[in-house]
Amino acid sequence: MAGLIAGRLAGLLLTLFLVSVAVFAAMEVLPGDTASARLGTQATPEALASLRAELGLDRPAPERYLRWIGGVLTGDLGTSFTYGVPVAKLVADRLAVTLPLAGLALALAILVALPLGTLAAARADRAPDAAAALFAQGALALPNFWIGLLLILVFATTLRWMPSGGFPGWEAGIGAGLQALVMPAVALALPQAGVLTRVTRSAVLDMANEDFVRLARAKGLSRRRAILRHALPNALPPILTVLGFQFTFLVAGAVLVENVFNLPGLGSLARQALVQRDVVVIQDVVLIFAALTILVNFAVDLSYLLLDPRLRARR
Amino acid sequence: MSRRLLIGGSIVGALAGAGLLSLAWTPGRVSGFRVADRLKAPLEAGLLGTDQLGRDVLSLLMAGAANSLGIACAAVAAGLVAGAAVGLLAAARGGILDAALMRVMDVVFAVPPILSAMMLAAFLGGGPETATIAIAVFTVPVFARVARAGAMRVLKRDFVLAARGAGKSSARIAAEHVAPNVAGDLLVQATLQLGLAILTEAGLSFLGLGLAPPAPSWGRMLADSQTFFLQAPWLALAPGLAIALAVLGFNLLGDGLRDRFDPRRSP
Repeated sequence: MAGLIAGRLAGLLLTLFLVSVAVFAAMEVLPGDTASARLGTQATPEALASLRAELGLDRPAPERYLRWIGGVLTGDLGTSFTYGVPVAKLVADRLAVTLPLAGLALALAILVALPLGTLAAARADRAPDAAAALFAQGALALPNFWIGLLLILVFATTLRWMPSGGFPGWEAGIGAGLQALVMPAVALALPQAGVLTRVTRSAVLDMANEDFVRLARAKGLSRRRAILRHALPNALPPILTVLGFQFTFLVAGAVLVENVFNLPGLGSLARQALVQRDVVVIQDVVLIFAALTILVNFAVDLSYLLLDPRLRARR
Repeated sequence: MSRRLLIGGSIVGALAGAGLLSLAWTPGRVSGFRVADRLKAPLEAGLLGTDQLGRDVLSLLMAGAANSLGIACAAVAAGLVAGAAVGLLAAARGGILDAALMRVMDVVFAVPPILSAMMLAAFLGGGPETATIAIAVFTVPVFARVARAGAMRVLKRDFVLAARGAGKSSARIAAEHVAPNVAGDLLVQATLQLGLAILTEAGLSFLGLGLAPPAPSWGRMLADSQTFFLQAPWLALAPGLAIALAVLGFNLLGDGLRDRFDPRRSP
């Protein structure tokens, strides 16, 4: 077991290294660098050259990569030239919006999908199943940024129940902060709930056909209790795997939804940095997003190993 | 034919038809600017009203369908070819090459589609090529995994061993035995990826990273509608519905095809 985990850990480190190289290389081929972006198109070649020397941009690429990744590993993400503050602080501020948003969306998606998917499996091929399938197909097809627009149209501009966007900051109180995140989280959660409902249904249904559930039924347990007590708990590992897999889409969705609601999160930071060619910030944000995705999947992988006794014993 | 296949196929067919028709004819204007026609409500001018430049919304949706479907199809086709090649190669060679290729695929897949697309878009500038490449890159790992898994399954079967024993070359075995057995899986996945590609393309143009204006695009119509929320809320409805309908169509078609090819694995 320890060897297995060590192997996975080595794979994780290798993937993280490759991602950092890929991000660095992609930014290398981007036309323009920090110096040309900062000085604008009117800059003289001499001014550009001296700024490049000052920022160390004239050094060879491997050296710059090592300096960047060394800084990232020690918590120094460099300095943003558009904001004039350390990127680490910028990212920490933005994560304080994006992580609660993603967490809230995930919680909402699970709250809807687990009961609905289980119900659909318990009443397979009857009305509740059809209703759940309809919900899932519909939710899957809706672009999250459009859901966001519709929510603003209905609850902010028409009914005036909710703020149409922006973020008061956590200093304004947890209630005010959460209120600003509710509609974005719903927009982000709905498509996720669609995916999860389908996954839950098929995972629970798979388990419901297993011998141990039949045995429970033969012992006189009602179908409902057999599903809730035996099928559902055993269906959780595969559901968890898909949840980890979906994290990529949650992150991508956050970029769009944050832009719809004008939330100062990591996603809108990425977009602003891209528009302003703030290379250091883009590099760091993309690396952080990718690392988050990889780490979440790694954690899911590990918990899968820990949850499933058969996998533990076999290897 | 299953109901899902029929409904999905009809939706996709209708949208493709509308897109193709828009290349030759549209009911209203899709370019230019006329103050007198600005922001007309649905039925007041045309079936779905007009936008902030006085262009006919229905016509814009049709032209948008052509752009959106065109980009999605090109991207998924490119991703399919590249991904299938990677996956088949990995399965056929195995060993270190297999491990290395699939690790690279993991890396590509770890960067969320919108972010890799944003990086690429900044590198290549806006335009249909950018969106196409960005989406294609993200679909490569998906097809690589499907192709590899399918090929691994087939390569263990007796008829492949028999073909190998009969002295057939690896290339012939891949073409005659592996390809037909993986094609179904790939087709199903391609259909589902088309839905995802349309969503990503819409997201990219919503962020201003897709087709450059004034080319009609569903995503940018939604982005533009934000400015005219109070005066013209209908502008925020039609393009979103079009995107949702297209994605729904491809998802239903994909599910229907999966039922057809592999009834056991249908959800």
